[in-house]
Amino acid sequence: MDVPLNWYLLLSAALFSLGVIGFLIKRNLITVFMSIELMLNAVNLSFVTFAYQWHAVKGQIFVFFVMMVAAAEAAVGLAIIIAVFRARATLSVDRIDLMKL
Amino acid sequence: MNVPSLHLWLIPILPFAGFLFNGILGSRIPKRLVTAVGVLAPLGSFLLVLNAAAASMISAPESCPSCGPAATAVALPHVETLAHAWINLGTLHVDFTLALDQLSLVMLLVVTGVGFLIHLYSVGYMGDEEGYARYFSYLNLFLFFMSVLVLAGNFLLMFVGWEGVGLASYLLIGFYFNKTSAAAAGKKAFIVNRIGDFGFLIGLFLLLAEFGTLTFRDIAWKLNTMASFSIFMHAGALPFNPGLGPIPSTGLLTVTALCLLLGAAGKSAQLPLYIWLPDAMEGPTPVSALIHAATMVTAGVYMIARMHTLFDHAPFALLVIAIMGAATAFFAATMGLVQTDIKRVLAYSTISQLGYMFLGCGVAAYSAAIFHLVTHAFFKALLFLGAGSVIHAMGGDQDLRNMGGLREKLPVTYWTMTIAVFTIAGFPPLAAFFSKDAILYAAYLHGPTGKLLWFVGLVTAFLTSLYMFRLWYMAFHGKPRKKLGHHHATPVSMLIPLVILAVLSFCGGWIGIGNVSSYLAPSVGAPRRMSAANAGPELLLTLAAVAVALLGWYIAYLYYSRRPEQPAQLAASMPAGYELLVNKYYVDEIYGAVIVKPLFAISKYGLGGVEFLLGGAAWLLGGMAGFAGMILQRWQSGNLRSYAAWLTAGAAAVLLFALVPWSAVWPASLHFISKVAGH
Repeated sequence: MDVPLNWYLLLSAALFSLGVIGFLIKRNLITVFMSIELMLNAVNLSFVTFAYQWHAVKGQIFVFFVMMVAAAEAAVGLAIIIAVFRARATLSVDRIDLMKL
Repeated sequence: MNVPSLHLWLIPILPFAGFLFNGILGSRIPKRLVTAVGVLAPLGSFLLVLNAAAASMISAPESCPSCGPAATAVALPHVETLAHAWINLGTLHVDFTLALDQLSLVMLLVVTGVGFLIHLYSVGYMGDEEGYARYFSYLNLFLFFMSVLVLAGNFLLMFVGWEGVGLASYLLIGFYFNKTSAAAAGKKAFIVNRIGDFGFLIGLFLLLAEFGTLTFRDIAWKLNTMASFSIFMHAGALPFNPGLGPIPSTGLLTVTALCLLLGAAGKSAQLPLYIWLPDAMEGPTPVSALIHAATMVTAGVYMIARMHTLFDHAPFALLVIAIMGAATAFFAATMGLVQTDIKRVLAYSTISQLGYMFLGCGVAAYSAAIFHLVTHAFFKALLFLGAGSVIHAMGGDQDLRNMGGLREKLPVTYWTMTIAVFTIAGFPPLAAFFSKDAILYAAYLHGPTGKLLWFVGLVTAFLTSLYMFRLWYMAFHGKPRKKLGHHHATPVSMLIPLVILAVLSFCGGWIGIGNVSSYLAPSVGAPRRMSAANAGPELLLTLAAVAVALLGWYIAYLYYSRRPEQPAQLAASMPAGYELLVNKYYVDEIYGAVIVKPLFAISKYGLGGVEFLLGGAAWLLGGMAGFAGMILQRWQSGNLRSYAAWLTAGAAAVLLFALVPWSAVWPASLHFISKVAGH
């Protein structure tokens, strides 16, 4: 019993779209951050799918790279979020707008 | 053949080292050291030139194989190339070439010899002045450029010297830069010279276009070869032109020669461009003696003699030179008649004498012109140095009307000046008698126009005698018209050059025009029709010249010694003529109205339009950028979710661009897409 390729890809597209929507409409900084992680993992899923389909190991290697970058990004991003929260006592993206002209 | 090196490069380099030393360290070292460096550098150059002269003289009796081991014998022309390929561009090839031949050797002897004497004189004259070291560094700089000009083996190197002496002249005219008139005079000299240099430069380009080289020897060789081949070609004996390229037409050569002439007229203060020289008297007097009488202003004559082959092939240009010279000589002499500033009298006299030299060049008597150049360097330097001595004694007053009776106060100056005055007036057996006579004789022999030119020259000789004796009587004879405040004793360093120059002015002419022409013949060509066939007219002409000189002396004696009130009455009797002369024919005013004022107006209003266009364009571009920024800055909202939205929209746009089958939607776009994609 083999799951068809399309299903994986549809799941990946659905996860990615959810990530984009969350990225656009969520106000909490942590949720936005999680949405970004969701998009990354959706892409990872499609990488793995294609690697399995073509029996090529390149896609899987690439996934490792993405996970590594995502881990680093999470570390830096969470540190920034904590710093922002300490300074402003809020995590609403609409109120973190000091950089505007 | 092993040609010994004369180390020609040292001749210009020594004064340049002096310039650097005094220019950089001058204000921090004792005055004695400044003097030593400033005077020894030109002396070193002079000794080197003497050495070169001696070396070339030894070889003068040609074919002397036995005197080979002496090894200092040098054949002229002697060429030394310092560094190969100064400029190497396509067919243009220019080297740092120094060339010594008879002409440049004579010129160098004058430049470094008189130059050294004037440096020596300056030690006494400038002793109490501010900026003593600056003065000597400029003077050394001048000698450097002047010897480069004279030694140059090609036109480009000569141009370097040509511009350089202009710079040194500018710096020294404006030496007292606190004085507005001195600064303005420096600027005037520089700008008027630029007009001449413009012509000079155009002439260089034309030469380059016609001959493909700027080396004097190559140009002269090509011209001579072309001339001889063109005879064959006209005879039909030689159907082709052996590797010389197209022969420039006489018209083209004439234009080239006239362009070069414009440069010479600017540098040598000839008729349309002479106006800077009288104002140049704002500089210190030794500078007037060296630069604006003895050496720099004769550069134009030197250049014409150097390039005489070209002028010989352009008869019309020669005629222009002759007429320009005669006219300048005459008009400058009339202006000199009424000047009251002792240095300005001498300045107009210089212009007038330069006119004589141009006249000599114009009638193809180059050796006579160079002969006069040399004697003029002696007696005019002497006149200026004597005038400097007078001014020194008068405590800076230059007005002839305040002088008088200086004979007892300044005996050495008086006697040396007397020699100079008699020399310039053309009395035998003094130097200028011989050289002026040679020029006038050559002019007389030069066809029908020559007779007219000779007559103008003769009248000028009369005027010269008149204004020089006027100066002599007003300054040295009669009663003192002003009490001398503090009478400076003239230092010995000022007297020695006076005496040496007086001796040279006295004896300088005894070489004789015959010897001068035969010595200079390899450089400037054998003089035409200067044979002794008609000695009769020559004697008559000489007598006429002496007669007008005597007449000038007599009239000056009548008007300025016996009845000093007479000149004022004469001036009052014809006010129009007198006003015209005093105001120097209103030439400065005419130039001011015709050239300077319109130029200022154009600069002020015309250039305003240009500024409006340029400024407007700049303003428009700046405004557009500002406007775009004003709109685009709204993107920079600082709102995180708007950034996210734009990011997503951009990604969506890229996706859309990739997915839409453009070739189906719009076939013509295929080409563009393939270009963008890089296929």
